[in-house]
Amino acid sequence: MDLFEYQAHELFARHAVPVPPARVADDPAAARTAALGLGGAAVVKAQVKTGGRGKAGGVRIARTADEAQRHAAAILGTTIKGHRVHRVLLARPADIQAEFYVSYLLDRANRGFLAMASAEGGMDIEEVAATRPHALARIPVDAEEGVTEAKAREIAAAGGLPDATVPVLMALWRLFAAEDALLVEVNPLVRTTGGAILALDGKVTLDDNAAFLHPGHAQYAAPGTGTGTGAGADALETAARAKGLNYVKLDGSVGVIGNGAGLVMSTLDVVARCGAAPANFLDIGGGASAQVMADGLEIVLGDRDVRSVFVNVFGGITACDAVADGIVRALELLKSKGEEVSKPLVVRLDGNNAEAGRAILDRAAHPLVTRLDTMDGAAARAAELATTVSGGH
Amino acid sequence: MSIFLNRDSRILVQGMTGTEGMKHTRRMLAAGAAVVAGVNPRKAGTVVSFPGAEVPVHGGVKEAVAATGADVSVVFVPPAFVKDAVEEAVAAGVPLVVVITEGVPVHDTVAFRARAEAAGVRIVGPNCPGLISPGQSNAGIIPADITSAGRIGLVSKSGTLTYQLMYELRDIGFSTAVGIGGDPVIGTTHIDALAAFEADPDTDLIVMIGEIGGDAEERAAAFIAENVTKPVVGYVAGFTAPEGKTMGHAGAIVSGSPPGFAGGAPTGTAQAKKEALEAAGVRVGRTPSETARLARERLALPR
Repeated sequence: MDLFEYQAHELFARHAVPVPPARVADDPAAARTAALGLGGAAVVKAQVKTGGRGKAGGVRIARTADEAQRHAAAILGTTIKGHRVHRVLLARPADIQAEFYVSYLLDRANRGFLAMASAEGGMDIEEVAATRPHALARIPVDAEEGVTEAKAREIAAAGGLPDATVPVLMALWRLFAAEDALLVEVNPLVRTTGGAILALDGKVTLDDNAAFLHPGHAQYAAPGTGTGTGAGADALETAARAKGLNYVKLDGSVGVIGNGAGLVMSTLDVVARCGAAPANFLDIGGGASAQVMADGLEIVLGDRDVRSVFVNVFGGITACDAVADGIVRALELLKSKGEEVSKPLVVRLDGNNAEAGRAILDRAAHPLVTRLDTMDGAAARAAELATTVSGGH
Repeated sequence: MSIFLNRDSRILVQGMTGTEGMKHTRRMLAAGAAVVAGVNPRKAGTVVSFPGAEVPVHGGVKEAVAATGADVSVVFVPPAFVKDAVEEAVAAGVPLVVVITEGVPVHDTVAFRARAEAAGVRIVGPNCPGLISPGQSNAGIIPADITSAGRIGLVSKSGTLTYQLMYELRDIGFSTAVGIGGDPVIGTTHIDALAAFEADPDTDLIVMIGEIGGDAEERAAAFIAENVTKPVVGYVAGFTAPEGKTMGHAGAIVSGSPPGFAGGAPTGTAQAKKEALEAAGVRVGRTPSETARLARERLALPR
C-alpha cells in the first residue's frame, strides 16, 4: 500500500525523521487556516499517489495565507495523471542550501534490503540513475544488523551526503524496519541555510501482509483514500474488500471469477486473446463455497460495465461437484435476495470430479448459464456474449 | 528419482493440529507420504489418528526430529508465527522447510530466508502449495489424485496453474512439481528448481510457470540459456494486469520500477518475461492448454 505524502510526513515525525511543520487541508478555507498556523507562507502541495505533480502545477508557493487559499482552490479537485486531488498538504517553506536523495527498499532480486543515496536530490531520480548511474549509490543493508551508525556513515559517504544526515539515515531505517515498509524514499532531503537537515517530501509503501502487526495502518486503507481510478471502481473494490474477496476492477466487459491468483490472471489473458476485455480480477480462493461464490457473483454483477461473466474453476483441493453445488446455490441465494442473475454466465469446471460437477449444472439448467469444458472455449464464448449482448443492467 | 522430495522423505508438520494442518496431513498421508510427526507445544505427547496412521505430536521440532528422523517440515502456522516456526526448524537442522502459509510479512521472510541459507536449509515458499513427487511423497497441499508419476518436472509461482497443467498432462505424469509461491521474496526459485531438474535423470522435460512481478523469470531465462540442456516449455500469466495493482499474490504486481531501476519504466510485465524466455529458446504457450500441447510436442508424443 502506497501512502500519501501527508501520511508519510506523519510517519516521519513519529519516527524522529526531521520534517518541516505542515498541515493538511480538504478545502480552500481550511488551507487558509492551516497557512496562518504555519506563519502565513506555505508550500501548497497536491496529495496524489503519483509522481510529476510539480510539473502538473500541483505544487505552489504561497507568501501569505490568502495566497495559500487561492492556490488550494486552484489545486483541489483537479486531476493529475488520472488521480483526483482531494487534499493538499501545506508545509512551512525551508531555506534550502543543498538537496539530497535517500531511500530504503526491498530488493526482490537479492531477497534483501537496499539503501540508495545521492547528492543529486530534488530532481527526478530515474534520470540520475539513467544518465549518471555513478551518482546514485546502492548499498545493501543486512536485515538483522540494520543501519548502525557505521552503516549510515557508509551510505552517506557513498552517496556524497554530509555527515549531518547520519542520524536521519538511522531514523529512516528504524521507520522502514518498525513499520514493515517496502519503500521509504526522501526526495529531497535538504540542508537548510541554518544547517538543519529536513525531509521535504517523502514516499512510503507499506507491506499489506504486515497489517496485522500494525493496527494503525488500517487508517491508510480507509475508503476514499484509494488511487482515484473512479468512484465506481472504488465502491466495487471497497465492497469486495468488505466481503473478504480478492478483487481488482478493470476496464472491460467480461466479469471473471476463478480460484487461485495465477489461474485468474491467466483467465483474464485468455479472455483478452478472444477479443474482449476483462472487467475484473476476482480470486475466490480454494474453497469456492456457495456463500463465497454468491458474494463474488454479487460484486461482479453489480458492475455496470459487465455484460457476461466467466466462472473458471479448477477443482484441485475442492472437488468440482462441490463447486457446481456452490454455483447453483449461489444463484438461488441471489434470487432469494432479489438480485437474480440477469447477465449470461459461462462456467468451466475441470479437475477433480469434473463429470459430477458438470452434471449438477446440467440438471439445474439455469437459462442464463452455459457450461463448456475447456478454458479456451469458455473464454471465447464469454467474450462473444459480451460483445454481442446488449448491456442491460 | 525426483527433486527435493522422494519416497524416503520423512515429513513433520508444524501446525498439524490446526484446521488446515489436519486436513492436509490427512491428504498427504492418503497420497502415500510418510508424515511422521506433528509439532504443537500445547499438545505435546498426544497422538493424532488419521486413516491408516497414528501421528505423534511433539513439543518442538528438535524433539520431533530426534524421535522420528524427520527431514522435511511443512509449515501451516498462521502468518504471525511463521518466522519463529521456520527458525525453529532451521535450528533443528531440518534440511527442507516448506512454508504453505499465505500473508507472511516480507521483512519476516527476508530474515528467516537469510538464516536458512546460512544454515544450508532449503526453503520452499512462503505462500505456496508445496511440492509433490507423484507416487513417492507429497509435502504441502497439491492434490495428488489429479495426476500421475512420470517424466515432466514442473516449477510454478501459482498453485491452481500448477494443478491445471498437472491435470492436462496427467497421462504423461510428473517426476516432481514444485510450487515456489507468489510472494515477492521466496526461498527456492525457478533457477533452483531448473538446476535440480536438469540434474535429475528421471526428468525429460521442464514446464516453467511464471507470472507478473519482479524479474525471476528473466533471470531464469538467462540461466536456461547457459545451463539447461533439457527442453523447457513456459507459461506466463498476467498480460492484462494493470500497472500498480496487486493481482492476488503479494508478489504479482507490475510496478513502476523501484526508484533508480529501469528508468521508471514498468517492470515485471508478462510481455518482458515471455520475450526473455523465448530468447532463451523456451517455447511459451499463450494459454495453459497450449502450454500443455507444446509440452506434448516437445516430448514427441501423440495428443
